[in-house]
Amino acid sequence: MTAAVTDLDRLLSRKSFIELSARERTKALLDAGTWRELLGPFDRLHSPWLEMQDIVPQEDDGVVVARGLIDGQPAVVAGIESAFQGGSMGEIAGMKIAAALDLARQDHERGIPTRPVLLLETGGVRLQEANLGLAVIAEIHAAIIALRPHVPVVGIIAGLVGCFGGMSLAAALCSHLIVTPQARLGMNGPEVIEQEAGIAELDASDKRLIWSLIGGEQRAAVGLVDQLVEDDADAIAEAVRAAFRAGQPDSYRSQQIPQFLARLVAIDPALVTDGPALRALWGKGEQA
Amino acid sequence: METFTFDYPADQKATARAHVGVVGSGDLEVLLEPSPDQTAHVRINTSVDGYGQVWKNVLDRFFTRFRKAVRIEINDFGATPGMVALRLEQAVEESRQ
Repeated sequence: MTAAVTDLDRLLSRKSFIELSARERTKALLDAGTWRELLGPFDRLHSPWLEMQDIVPQEDDGVVVARGLIDGQPAVVAGIESAFQGGSMGEIAGMKIAAALDLARQDHERGIPTRPVLLLETGGVRLQEANLGLAVIAEIHAAIIALRPHVPVVGIIAGLVGCFGGMSLAAALCSHLIVTPQARLGMNGPEVIEQEAGIAELDASDKRLIWSLIGGEQRAAVGLVDQLVEDDADAIAEAVRAAFRAGQPDSYRSQQIPQFLARLVAIDPALVTDGPALRALWGKGEQA
Repeated sequence: METFTFDYPADQKATARAHVGVVGSGDLEVLLEPSPDQTAHVRINTSVDGYGQVWKNVLDRFFTRFRKAVRIEINDFGATPGMVALRLEQAVEESRQ
């Protein structure tokens, strides 16, 4: 009984990270009083392509880049605002992230140990900006790979949009990837799969099924993400600090090619492999 | 998408700026900053066409009580008039902090 009350108190006092805007999320991760935004809305660096297509732009193009301190060390946090155009990566939005990562790398080369954090709440490329969006996503991938030998690149997928398309590759390239149970991570989103392959292949409205396949808990159980954290702003900020204290991983997921090929070979495409079957096949939590 | 501009007389100087909201479904983004002249200027980009008179009504009411020389830019994604009024009040509140 006492335990139940304590749990309830903890639940009620918990500050949700998911309910925060991208700007508030960046603030929640930086040491108190150190947050300052780069290229904020008043710089009016919005997409030049959306208005041509009759779509209202947002003055920060849906990405918040903030500098400050994490655990007293210089840091940069790039947060994607999922409420604007589904967190899609347009030319400006993507370039803000790529430039932030590139400047962090330059900091390291000058002896400034800037810690990079990415808040990946995105459906992937912004279709209205087509190749420009794809090009900047490639820039982000290259920037993560160039930066991660200097310092762990920490990614967070909190939900509720999740992380899809080319940006799911960016998530996979991170040195340390943190998710909540509400997060989803995948190349094609469920709606896209249903549209392309039919509802018999995947019913995108079946939430239980979707989360059992690509949800945060499942991704953690099969070792495709590094850490599962409850939706709690303080817990997520602590997980970020701990990730930087822990330092570099033994190896990057993107270098474990034979191990992942072996995993794919283990799957029989003639059988339907659901979430529990994949856990049984790929083992719990261990690295590939 | 439709764009509107409105001007209102102002007799007080504004000093601070504020940014509130997001260009998401049923919401809007408001940027409020000091105006370079002694007039309040409002520019609206809205995703919903044909509501110029409703925008004018909401802003007319707002500027009966608010007399500062500000430049307001709104990027709207289908917010209701009530939502617009609340976001404007929130922007004023934030600019006071």
